[in-house]
Amino acid sequence: MKSVMNPSRWLGAGDRVFIVVLVAAVVLVVLGNAVAAEGSAMHVSTYTLTLLGKYLCYALLAVAVDLVWGYVGILSLGHGAFFALGGYAMGMYLMRQIGERGVYGHPVLPDFMVFLDWDALPWFWYGMDHFGFAMLMVMVVPGLLAFVFGYLTFRSRVSGVYLSIITQAMTYALMLAFFRNEMGFGGNNGLTDFKDLLGFSLQSDNVRLALFVTSAVALLLGFLLCRFVVSTRLGRVCAAIRDGEARVRFLGYRTENVKLVIFTLSAVLAGIAGALYVPQVGIINPNEFSPLNSIEIVVWVALGGRGTLYGAVVGALVVNYAKSYFTAALPEIWLFALGALFVLVTVFLPRGVAGVLRRRGAKS
Amino acid sequence: MSHAIRWILVVTFLQLLTAVAFAQEVDPRAATLSRLTERSFDVKERAIDELATYRDDVTRSILTAILAGELYYTKNSGQIVTTRASGGGLAAFDPLSGDEVGQFGKRDLRKITINNSLRSKLRGLLATFDLADPDPARRLAAVEEMIDGIDEETAGTLANLVESEPDDTVRTAMLRAIAMQSLVSGDRERQMKAVSVLEESLNPVIRGRLASVASSTDDPELRERAELGIKRIDSRLSMVRFAETVFFGLSAGSVLVLAAIGLAITFGVMGVINMAHGELIMLGAYTTYVVQQTMPASPGLALAASIPLAFLVSGLAGVAIERSVIRFLYGRPLETLLATFGVSLILQQAVRSIFSPLNRSVATPDWMSGSIQLNEALSLTMNRLTIIVFCLVVFAALSLVLRRTAIGLQVRAVSQNRDMARAMGVPSSRVDALTFGLGSGIAGIAGVALSQLTNVGPNLGQSYIIDSFMVVVFGGVGNLWGTLVGGMTLGVLNKFMEPWAGAVLAKIFILVLLILFIQKRPRGLFPQRGRAAES
Amino acid sequence: MTRMNGSIGIVAAACLAATWGLTAQAQDDTIKVGVLHSLSGTMAISETTLKDTVLMLVEEQNKKGGVLGKQLEAVVVDPASDWPLFAEKARELIEKEKVDVVFGCWTSVSRKSVLPVFEELDSILFYPVQYEGEESSKNVFYTGAAPNQQAIPAVDYLMNEIGVERWVLAGTDYVYPRTTNKILEAYLTAKGVASEDIMINYTPFGHSDWQSIVAEIKQFGSTGKKTAVVSTINGDANVPFYKELGNQEISAEDIPVVAFSVGEEELSGIDTAPLVGHLAAWNYFMSVPSDANDEFIAAWHEFIGDEARVTNDPMEAHYIGFNMWVEAVNKAGTTEPSVVQDALIGVAVPNLTGGYSSMAPNHHITKPVLIGEIQDDGQFAVVWETPGLVLGDEWSDYLEGSRDLIADWRAPLSCGNYNVKTAKCSGQNY
Repeated sequence: MKSVMNPSRWLGAGDRVFIVVLVAAVVLVVLGNAVAAEGSAMHVSTYTLTLLGKYLCYALLAVAVDLVWGYVGILSLGHGAFFALGGYAMGMYLMRQIGERGVYGHPVLPDFMVFLDWDALPWFWYGMDHFGFAMLMVMVVPGLLAFVFGYLTFRSRVSGVYLSIITQAMTYALMLAFFRNEMGFGGNNGLTDFKDLLGFSLQSDNVRLALFVTSAVALLLGFLLCRFVVSTRLGRVCAAIRDGEARVRFLGYRTENVKLVIFTLSAVLAGIAGALYVPQVGIINPNEFSPLNSIEIVVWVALGGRGTLYGAVVGALVVNYAKSYFTAALPEIWLFALGALFVLVTVFLPRGVAGVLRRRGAKS
Repeated sequence: MSHAIRWILVVTFLQLLTAVAFAQEVDPRAATLSRLTERSFDVKERAIDELATYRDDVTRSILTAILAGELYYTKNSGQIVTTRASGGGLAAFDPLSGDEVGQFGKRDLRKITINNSLRSKLRGLLATFDLADPDPARRLAAVEEMIDGIDEETAGTLANLVESEPDDTVRTAMLRAIAMQSLVSGDRERQMKAVSVLEESLNPVIRGRLASVASSTDDPELRERAELGIKRIDSRLSMVRFAETVFFGLSAGSVLVLAAIGLAITFGVMGVINMAHGELIMLGAYTTYVVQQTMPASPGLALAASIPLAFLVSGLAGVAIERSVIRFLYGRPLETLLATFGVSLILQQAVRSIFSPLNRSVATPDWMSGSIQLNEALSLTMNRLTIIVFCLVVFAALSLVLRRTAIGLQVRAVSQNRDMARAMGVPSSRVDALTFGLGSGIAGIAGVALSQLTNVGPNLGQSYIIDSFMVVVFGGVGNLWGTLVGGMTLGVLNKFMEPWAGAVLAKIFILVLLILFIQKRPRGLFPQRGRAAES
Repeated sequence: MTRMNGSIGIVAAACLAATWGLTAQAQDDTIKVGVLHSLSGTMAISETTLKDTVLMLVEEQNKKGGVLGKQLEAVVVDPASDWPLFAEKARELIEKEKVDVVFGCWTSVSRKSVLPVFEELDSILFYPVQYEGEESSKNVFYTGAAPNQQAIPAVDYLMNEIGVERWVLAGTDYVYPRTTNKILEAYLTAKGVASEDIMINYTPFGHSDWQSIVAEIKQFGSTGKKTAVVSTINGDANVPFYKELGNQEISAEDIPVVAFSVGEEELSGIDTAPLVGHLAAWNYFMSVPSDANDEFIAAWHEFIGDEARVTNDPMEAHYIGFNMWVEAVNKAGTTEPSVVQDALIGVAVPNLTGGYSSMAPNHHITKPVLIGEIQDDGQFAVVWETPGLVLGDEWSDYLEGSRDLIADWRAPLSCGNYNVKTAKCSGQNY
C-alpha cells in the first residue's frame, strides 16, 4: 500500500518531465493572459486561451483512448460518442440555464423546442438544470453506455477489428439518432447559444480563464489517475491481456471484467473531456458522434505514441495545432499536409513522437 | 397554228396564275404557329389547340417537335423553324413545307419554351394521333395517356375503335378507359358494370378513381360495389408491394455488396483496415466521368469502356499505396488504419484540387434508363436491374479468379499462412501488391456502378466506407460469400423496415441489430475456420 | 537524465513558441474582409464558389479604388465543414486578423455556431443562404431568402396556377426543412387542405437510396388529385432523388417537384434531361435577362477562367450584401462595425434581376421571388414571379411561438425579438 501511495514508484522520468512542462506551460499561459499587458511578447489573447483550452480537452480525450488502446489493446473507434454524450449532458445544463432569455422568452423550453411546437420538456431533460445532477450525468451516461456495451461485447469475446468496427457502428447509430429532431436534442443544430455557467457569463474573460484552468487540472488529474491505474496490479493484468488475452484467461483471470472496468473508466474520462469542451467552443451537435472524428482521435494517440499516456497528450496537441494552423495558412490544400503527416508518422515513427523522445532519452 | 399557239399561251398563263395563287394561299397554320413565339403560355396553349384541329402528319410532327424542345424561331425574323445539325451550324427548315430556309448559328435561334401544363396537354393531343398508329405499343401508350382525364367525347371515339382493335392488351386498356368514363356517367347500371371491368386492373390511377367514387357517391349499393372492387385490387396489390420491396432490398443490397466487395479482399483477405477504400471507389467514378468527357456522343460505350479503365486506375492507385505505405505495416493491422486514413485525406483533396469540389455530371445511357413494366403496378427500374446483374457478375468473376487461377491460389495461400507460403516459393510481397491492387481495382469498378446512382464528387467515398466495413464484418472477414449474403441481407432488411420506421430509424435499427448480432456470432455470418481465425 | 530533460524541454519550448505564434498579428494599411466558407469537407461543394465570389467582388472593388481610399484585403480561412471550427475561425478572423466584416456560412448550424462570437465581438456577418428564419441578430445581415421569400410563394404558385391539391413535403432531417415544413403545413391547413392530403417525409443527410420513398410518393400521387412534391432535400441527396424520379418515370407533368435547395450549381452535377419541367423557387436565376446579370456573369467567367461555370442565388446574395456593405461604409465614413451596422439599415443597391434590394430594419432584404422550370441545358426558365419585391419575414406568422415577435434594429426598439403582446425583448446577447 505504501509503495502505491509513493508517486515515485508509479511515475516514470518521462511522466515527471511531462507534468512539469504541462504545469509550467499552463502557469505561463495563465499569467500571459491575466497579467501580461496586451502587445507584450508574453501576452496570450483570450482567443488563444480558449483555443488552448479546447486542445486540453482533446488531450484528456486522447489520454482516455490511450488507456484502452495502449494498455488493454482495445482499439475503440467510438470514443467520440462518449465525449459527445458528456458534452450533451453539459450542453443540456447550459441550455436550461438560459431560462427566459431564449429568443421566444419561454420560461422552460429551449428555443428549438418552442419553434418545433413541443409543449413539454421530455423526461430526460428533467433535473438537468441542477449543476450537480448534470455533472453526475456527464459521467454516468457515457459510463453506463460503455458498461452495457462492454459487458455484452467482452463477455462474448468480440475482439480485434470486429470490436473496432462495432464501436464504430455504435457511434454511427448515435450520430444518426441525435440528428433526428424527434429525439429532443436539437437535431443537426445541436445545442448552442449558451449564456452562462453557474451564474457567470460564458463571454467574460475570467470565465474563459477559469475553464482553461479547469481543463488543465482535469487533464492533469486524468493523467495521474490513468498512470496510477496502469501501475497497479490491475494495470499489469491489462498489459498482459493486450499482449496475449488467451494466456491470461488460462491463468484464471476474468479478462472480460478487467477490460470492462478500464473501458468504463475511459468512457467516463472522455465524458468529462466533452463536458469541459462544450462551454469553451459554445456548441455541441451530432457531428461530434461522426465515426471520422473517432478515427481522428485514434490518430492523435498513434501520432503521439500509444501506451505512454503523455504521448497521447502530445499527439492531440500537435495534430490540433497543425489543424488550426494549416486551415488558416493553407486553406486550399491543408488536407494534403495533414494526410501526409499521418502517413509519414505511421510509417516512419511507429512509436510516435513519444517513441522518438524515449529513444533519445535512452541513448543518453 | 396560231390558234394552237394562242391556246398554249392561255394554258401556260392559267397555269402560272394558279401557281401564283397557290403560292399566295399560305397554309393557315403559319399564322397560328407564329403565335407560339409569344411569352404568354396562355397564348401558346390556344395556338396549340388550334393546330391540333388539323389532323395530319405535319401537325403531329410539329407538336412532337414542340414537346421535345426542337422547335425554334429565328432571332431577327421570328420565323418558326425546325433544325438539323449541318456542318458547323444548324440547317433550319420550315416545319409546314419542309423547305430549307437557311443556315443559322446557335445564337441566332431561340427555343420555343413550354411549361408543365403545356407538356401534358401536348402529350394528350399526340395520344389522339397515336390511336391509329400501326404499332400496338404506341396505341397502348396512347390509351394509357388518356385513362386519367378521359371525357365523353374521347370515350366515344374509343368505343368506335374498340371493336376493330386487333391487339388484346390494347383492347383491354380501351375497355378500361371507357369504363373510367362510365364510372362517372351517373347511369347506375353502367357504373356497376364499369366497376367489374376496373377491378381487374392494378393501375393506381384506376384504384384512385374507384376510391373517390366510393367516398363521394350517395348510392349505397354502388359504394359497396366499389369498395369490394378496391378490396380485390388491394389484395392483389399487397403481393405486388411485397415483390417490389424485395426488389428494392436486393438492389440496395447489391450496391452495398459492390461497395464492400473490394474491401472484402483488402480488409477481409489481407487484413488491411483500408480507410482509403471509399476514395478508390471515388477514383473509379471519376474515371467514368473522364471517359464520358472524351466520348460525349455515346455514354453507353463510355460506360462500358470505363469498367476496365476504372479497374486499372484504382488498381494502380492501390498498388502504389501498397508499395509506398502498407508494405511497411504488415503485422500491424491497426496501424494500417491510420496510414490509409491519411491517404484517404490526400486522395480526397487531390480530386478536389483537380476536378473542383463540385459534383460532376455523369450521363445515364439509354439502355439503363426507364423501366420494365411487369404489370400495371410493378415496374423494375432498368438501372437498378443492371446494377443487381452487374454486382452478381463482378462477384462471380472475382470468385473465379480467387478459386480457379494461379494468382488466386497464391493470394489465398499468403493470406492463410504467409511464412508457409513463402517457404513454398510464393513471392509474397509481389502477391501482396497484386492482391491489394485487385481489391482496389474492384473498388474502382464499384465506382463505375455508383456513378450511375449518386453524386460523383469528392465526398463519394466517405458515404460508403462505413457501410462497407459493416457489410464485411457482418458477413465474416475473409469470406467472399459472407460479403454477398451479408450485403443482400442488410439491404433487404433495411427496405422492409423503411416503410414503417422511416429511413433514419431503419438505419439505426440495422446498426443496433448488427452490434447485437456480433455478440451472438463474434466472427460474422460465415466465420473463418482454422488457426488463422484466432490471430 | 539531464540530456533527456533537455530534449523534452526543447520540444516543450517549441510548443510554447508555436502557441505564441498563434497570436502574432499582422497590421497593414488595408481594410480586411473575412471569408468564412468551408473549402473542405462535405460543404465545400457549395461554399467554395461563394469564397470565389467574395474574392471576385473584392478584386473588382479594388479596381474601382477600394473603399474610403483604402484597398480591401480578403482573409480566407477554412472552417472545413466542422461546426465548432466555424466558431473558432470566426474568432480568429475578428480578434486576430481584425477583419471589419465577414462574409460566410452556409448551413444553419454553422451560423448558429458563430452567432455568439459575432455578438460578443460586435462584428458583422453577411449570411447569403436561404434559411428557416426564426432569428434576427444585431450582428447578422441575412441576404438569403426567409421562408416567405421562397416557400410560400412557391406553394401559392402550385396551388393557384397548377391546381395542386395533394402535397408531399419531403426534406432532409434538419432545422431548415423542419421549420419550413411546419410553416407550410400551417399555411396549407389555413388554405383548407385536409391533413390526409399532406404527406411529410424526412430522410437523413446524404440519403442515397430513394427507391421506397419515390414509390411511396408515386402511390400517394395516384389518387386522381393533382399532387406536387415540395422538396427541402439538402444538397448531396438531390442527385439520387432526381435520378430515382427519372427511373421510376415520374415526370414533371405527373408530379412536379418544387425544390428550395436546388440551383444552377447543383444541376451542373446532374444529367438534367429527365428533370425537365421540375421547379425551383429562388430570388435569382442565371437565365434572368438583365444588364446587371449579364455583366455579373461575364465578370464571373473572367475571374474564374471557365465559361462553363454557372452563377446561382447565394452568389447574388453575396453580390447584394457586399455592395450594401460598401455603400454603408461610404455612408458612414468608417468601417467600424458598430457604426456600419446602423448605416446598413435602409441601404438599397441594385440586385441582378433588374431591380433594387434594400436592407430593412429587421436585417433582412427585399427581393423578388421567381419560380423556374428546369431546362435540359441545366438552366431555369422563369414561369412565374411575384409582382413586386417581398421583404424577408424573420418571425413567421404561421408558427405558434413566433407569431407575436418582430425585429427592429433601429433605436429606440433595437431588438431582434420583440414580443408585441408582452412588450418584452428577450434573448439578447450584446
